[in-house]
Amino acid sequence: MRSVAWPRKARIALSLVFLLFTGVIFLDPARWIPVVWLQAITWPQFTPSLLKFLITGGWAAAGFLLFVVITLVFGRIYCSTVCPLGTLQDIISRIRRRILRQKPLRYARPQNILRYLILIIVVISIIAGSALLVNFLDPYSNFGRILANLFRPAVLAGNNALAGMLEKQDIFWLPRTPWKGYQPASLGFAAAFLILVTWMSAVRGRLYCNTVCPVGALLGLFSRVSLLRISLDKQLCNSCGQCSKVCKAQCIDVKNREVDYSRCVACFNCITACPSSGVVYRFSGFSIPQVETDPAAVEKQNRRTLLKAFMVGTAFLSTRAFATRLTGGEKPTTIPEERSLVSSPPGSEGHDHFNKNCTACHLCVSACPTHVLQPSFLEYGLQGLMQPYMDYHSGFCNFECTVCSDICPTGAILPLAKDLKKRVQLGVAVFIKENCVVYTDETDCGACSEHCPTKAVDMVPYKDGLTIPEVDDKICIGCGACEYACPTRPFRAIFVEGNQLHIMADEPQQEEIILEDTGEDFPF
Amino acid sequence: MKRREFIIKGVSAGVVTGTSLGLGGITGLASALPPQNAYDLVAVRDGEPDVMFDRAIASLGGMTKYVKKGQKVVVKPNIGWDVIPERAGNTNPKLVGRIVKHCLEAGASEVYVFDNTCDAWNLCYKNSGIEKAVKDAGGKLVPGNTENYYQSVQIPKGKRLKEARVHELILNSDVFINVPVLKHHSSASISLAMKNLMGVVWDRRYWHRNDLHQCIADFVTWRKPTLNVIDGYRVMLRNGPRGVSEADVVMMKQLIVSADIVAADAAATLVFGSKPQDIPHIRIANEMKLGTMDLSRLNINRIKI
Repeated sequence: MRSVAWPRKARIALSLVFLLFTGVIFLDPARWIPVVWLQAITWPQFTPSLLKFLITGGWAAAGFLLFVVITLVFGRIYCSTVCPLGTLQDIISRIRRRILRQKPLRYARPQNILRYLILIIVVISIIAGSALLVNFLDPYSNFGRILANLFRPAVLAGNNALAGMLEKQDIFWLPRTPWKGYQPASLGFAAAFLILVTWMSAVRGRLYCNTVCPVGALLGLFSRVSLLRISLDKQLCNSCGQCSKVCKAQCIDVKNREVDYSRCVACFNCITACPSSGVVYRFSGFSIPQVETDPAAVEKQNRRTLLKAFMVGTAFLSTRAFATRLTGGEKPTTIPEERSLVSSPPGSEGHDHFNKNCTACHLCVSACPTHVLQPSFLEYGLQGLMQPYMDYHSGFCNFECTVCSDICPTGAILPLAKDLKKRVQLGVAVFIKENCVVYTDETDCGACSEHCPTKAVDMVPYKDGLTIPEVDDKICIGCGACEYACPTRPFRAIFVEGNQLHIMADEPQQEEIILEDTGEDFPF
Repeated sequence: MKRREFIIKGVSAGVVTGTSLGLGGITGLASALPPQNAYDLVAVRDGEPDVMFDRAIASLGGMTKYVKKGQKVVVKPNIGWDVIPERAGNTNPKLVGRIVKHCLEAGASEVYVFDNTCDAWNLCYKNSGIEKAVKDAGGKLVPGNTENYYQSVQIPKGKRLKEARVHELILNSDVFINVPVLKHHSSASISLAMKNLMGVVWDRRYWHRNDLHQCIADFVTWRKPTLNVIDGYRVMLRNGPRGVSEADVVMMKQLIVSADIVAADAAATLVFGSKPQDIPHIRIANEMKLGTMDLSRLNINRIKI
């Protein structure tokens, strides 16, 4: 009998579409992709959607619910199509087995204790208000970090090289985008994670998804009771084992003609591989199958794997060196900027809300037009590891821009109307007079005030016709334009002290300008 | 708010009146003018930005006097901020578009427009309206957002500024038209033609750190623009250079054009309501003989539309 190939083909096609779309949003070199597309592309991603739903309760964040329902009917379609990390692992696995011609996979016992233990700990940590574990383990966020930290620099380098070539031909439509995101902690974590899943998927297919991934474990609970399941037909199956060899979840026990539905990711490889139509995908009623659970069989190997992941991850963490370059002849400033808090992005309501809900996918880091959003190391403390913060040495928040709050898939940065955004105070500028050029050199400067969108930093008379900055903290929104523009090094003369909780700044008061009559057409 | 205009009393001596401005080609106008009109500076008022420029350039002998066939032209407006034209933080897009058009009609092979912006460059280009105006006029909008575009130059005559990284377009173009917008400026008191040149360099931080006014004047010793066109159509009278709201802006409908960058700045300063000698970089540039701020020595054409 002919094998059925179309379900597998459809799955591959769909998964590549999701991989491509989810990938380009992190790689887009010139922000060509409109905001609504970014929103649509991240909508089905499970963890972000779940978090957003918990915060907003809106149907706009109900992507995860759709996939709970789909899983209850069809099994873990999500894991084999929507999840970009899943597809990435499939590609790695395929390269190893097809191109490098390694041994095929075979049935393996589930790691249920480890798997559900991780899920329980993650759920408890979310309830307890920490996003750190989800941040480490969530497939979408890890995929995002891999792309934003490792692939994006390569894409930008290619983009900029191409832009350079086009410019030589006098063509300027392709802009260059500088790479400002060199953050050792998140770069190291992303690299370590990529190495980990590469190794796990090369050796054991979907081991990560069925042992470590909290989304996989959760959806596995639903797929155990799904209406449609893969099963081996007792009559047609001749136990040849072809299905088991192509099963990347290693969940087909040919000997006993059993399938572990909780681990099956509905990839349909088995259906295609079966020479005798013995693998069927069919309605299995509402019965709850008896899945073998043997606590004693928990492999220590996998625990070690997990430990390794954390160890490699932390080994890469190192403090970020602030740029302290000097230009010739200047007197270096002496008073350090003693910032006790960094600022969280506008729309994040403050550190608590942000740290609890951000999974550090770095979509906002990739999309921020001024590069002010950068992955943190310990700026927020350990609980905010790799979550983006406002790095005013890298850029400053564009007054008119709301991109991060428009696209944040988890609701860590909530949507903010433009008029409100212009008044949300992330922090307050602090002026250090002794570092200021006007004070040290007695020459005009005013770079801070120049960039200030609300004129919270204004120039007031100082001496001999000079003016010096003065901060009005009532109308300061903490956008960091002043800190970014301040020319003194190594310490700046103005910096933003972050607000733990964002507040609304006052609106700048504007008096009417009344021109005096000059009585002449031209004053010369 | 109700914006009051300057009260107009009488007609100044040099005003050109009754010139027939047909709807025909704008270059045709230039040839109609007598050649003896060798003006050092032209001031125009009370017209739309594009119309005022037509009149100004015609009275200077037309764009062909500055742009020869096949030459590459770079036009440098102020596109520093992500604000709409009504906020007057950037040069008026209609004016920029018209200048590009004049250059092309004069036979320029290419007309490039760029700025090293303060806010996110692509948002500035777009929301200032300049991107569209330049493209519609047939010019090329070039980015200035990364260091790759800038090359190091020596400034031997500079007192504090000895070196700068300058956009390659300034180095590679035959004609350089500087198109600032007249506005208040918290650092430099007032932002004009000389100040606008900070947008052609990469490392502005050095200028701020090392006597801003001296550096602004020093840079002019390296290269003077072929022509300076100061946009005083909408003028930001306070809270510059970015401005806080439209309440900072008044409608003045003025335009100053001159090859003498110091004279252009001096004239625009007077229009703004300040004295040129009170603006340190204008005073320094005058002392360094980079141009003159004494307008009484110049042949000025004053045009009221």
